Amino acid sequence: MGEKLATRAAFGEAIVALAEQYPELVVLDADLSSATMTKKFSQTYPERFFNMGIAEGNMVGVAAGLAACGKKPFAATFAMFAAGRAFEQVRNSVAYPHLNVKVVGSHGGLSVGEDGATHQCCEDFATMRSIPGMVVCCPCDANEMTAAVKALLEYEGPAYLRLGRLAVETVTDGIPGYQFELGRGITVHQGKDVTIIAVGMMVQKALTAAEFLAEEGIDARVIDMHTIKPLDVELVEKAARETGCIVTTEEHNIIGGLGEAVAACVAERCPVPVVRHGVEDTFGRSGKAELVLEKYGLTPEGIAAKVRRAMELKK
Amino acid sequence: MDEKMLHDLSLKAAQVRSLAMDAVFSAASGHIGGSLSVADILTVLYFHTMKVDPKAPQAPDRDRLVLSKGHTTPALYATLALKGYFPVEELKLFRSVEGHYSGHPDMVHVPGVDMSTGSLGQGISAAVGMALAGQMDRKDHRIYAVLGDGEVEEGQVWEAAMAAAKYHLDNLCAVVDVNGLQIDGKTADVMPSEPLDKKFEAFNWNVIQVDGHDIAAVAAAFEAAKKGKGKPTVILARTVKGKGVSFMEGDAGWHGKAPNAEQYEKAHAELEAKVAELEGK
Repeated sequence: MGEKLATRAAFGEAIVALAEQYPELVVLDADLSSATMTKKFSQTYPERFFNMGIAEGNMVGVAAGLAACGKKPFAATFAMFAAGRAFEQVRNSVAYPHLNVKVVGSHGGLSVGEDGATHQCCEDFATMRSIPGMVVCCPCDANEMTAAVKALLEYEGPAYLRLGRLAVETVTDGIPGYQFELGRGITVHQGKDVTIIAVGMMVQKALTAAEFLAEEGIDARVIDMHTIKPLDVELVEKAARETGCIVTTEEHNIIGGLGEAVAACVAERCPVPVVRHGVEDTFGRSGKAELVLEKYGLTPEGIAAKVRRAMELKK
Repeated sequence: MDEKMLHDLSLKAAQVRSLAMDAVFSAASGHIGGSLSVADILTVLYFHTMKVDPKAPQAPDRDRLVLSKGHTTPALYATLALKGYFPVEELKLFRSVEGHYSGHPDMVHVPGVDMSTGSLGQGISAAVGMALAGQMDRKDHRIYAVLGDGEVEEGQVWEAAMAAAKYHLDNLCAVVDVNGLQIDGKTADVMPSEPLDKKFEAFNWNVIQVDGHDIAAVAAAFEAAKKGKGKPTVILARTVKGKGVSFMEGDAGWHGKAPNAEQYEKAHAELEAKVAELEGK
C-alpha cells in the first residue's frame, strides 16, 4: 500500500494535468471549488473554468449546452446536489440527448461527516444508474482516479463520477498488470471461499477485512468494482461460480447501488448467496467522518460480519 | 423589411400554423395553443434571422435555437420541415410510435433540433452553455432560446439569467412568448410572473418589447438584439395563445388538447383560408 490521498485531490490534479492534452476539457463548479478540488484548474485555466454559483440545475444545463458545441465539460459539486438536486437536469438535459457531460459528485457517502444527513449522499449510485445510458464510476484511490479521469475524457457520453472526501491509501499501484478500463472490475486480492465486491474507499476496508478473515481460515477474494454501470457482469459471474457466495460493500444505501446491481446480475446469471453491506436504509448522524462510518458499520469488521453471514448461507 | 419579405414570412407563418394543426390532429395529442402563439417568432428566426443551412444541420458555426418551451414542438417541427430539414409528410409521424418525432424536441433523431428540451426551465441553461462555447471559441454565431411566460416560473430560468449576465453573453438572445396563459389558466392567476421587463432588467439583460405577431417588428427586434453589447438580450413578445383560430384564441383550455374532427375541420379551414389569402388564391 502506498501514500494516502483523497480521490478528490487526485481528480483536481488530473484535470489540470490533462488540460493541455484535451483542449476541449472545461470545468464547471457550483461554489465548492475548494472542496471538489477544481480550484487549481480554475487558477491554471481560468478561461476554461466556469463558477456557476449555487445553482446546480443550471450548471448541469450549461454543461449540456457546452457539450452540444463540442466541449468536454466536467461539472462538479457535492454528490448530494449533482445526483440529487440536479437529477432531472442530468436525466433530461444530459443523458436523454446523450451529451458528453461528466457529472462529478464529490463527498459521496457518509464521510462528509460533521455536515450531517443533508450532505451525506447515499443515494447517488441509485439515481445515476437508473438513468438510461449513464456510466457510473467511483474509483477507490488516487491512482485509479487519475486513470478514470483520462478514461472519461476519452469516453464520449454521459457519465457520473463520484469523488471521496477522505484521504485513502493507494492500493491499485501495487497490482501487477493493473490497467483501468471503464466497465472492467479489478481483482485486487485473490481468494476462493467468498468474493467481496467493493467500490470506492470500501475497497481498502475490504482488503483489511480479507486479512483478518484469512486468520479465521476464510480465503476472501476482493474485487474493486470501480464502475457500477456498466457492471462487469463476466467478472461477477466468475466470482459467483468460483467462490459460491458474494458480499458487496459500498458507502451508499444498500438500496439501489452496487449491492443491488450485483445481486440482480448474480440472480440472473449464476444464483448464489449475495449479502449487501452498506448504509442500512437510514440517514446518517453528524460527527467526525471515521466515527460516523464506524457507527453505521462501514468498517472492515462490518464487512467481515457480512462475509460470515454469506458463508453460512452458502452451506 | 420590404413588402415581399413581409409577405413571404407571413405566408410561411400561416403554413407553419396549418401544419402544426395537422400534426396535432393526426397525433390526436399535442400542444396547439402555444404552437400558434409562437409560430410567427419561429418563422422569423428560421426564415429571416438565423444563419442555418438545412443541408448542414450540424455545421459548427451555425446559429442555434433552443426551444426551451419544448411542448410547442408542433410549431418547431412544422418550421423545420418547411425549411427543408426533413419532408413535410413526416409530420404525420408526430407523437407516433412508428416514427422518431417525439412529443418534445429531440436533437438525437430530428434534423435541425439543436437541443432536446421539454422539461421547462432547462433549455435556457443549455443555451447559456452554447453561448459560452461560442464566446470561448470567439465565434460570431448566435444562440436563440424561446421560452414561455409560464415557464419563467421555474427557478432555473433565473439561475440561467444570472449566469448569462455574469458572462456578458451578448451572443445570446432569449425570447419569451408572453401569451399570458398556462395549463391551469391565466399566468397572472396561477403564478404572476410580471413585470418581466423589470425582472430581466434587474438581472442585467437588455430588454426589448414587441408585438409577437407583428412579423416586421419581431424581425427588427432580433436585429436590434444583435447590437446589444456586453449583455444578453431578451425579447418580450406579446402574443395570443391559439392565434389564428377563432375559437382557440385566448383560451387556456387549448394548451395541450387536440381538436376533435369537427373542431379540426373548422380550425383547418380558418388556417388554410389565411394561407390561400396570402398565396393570392
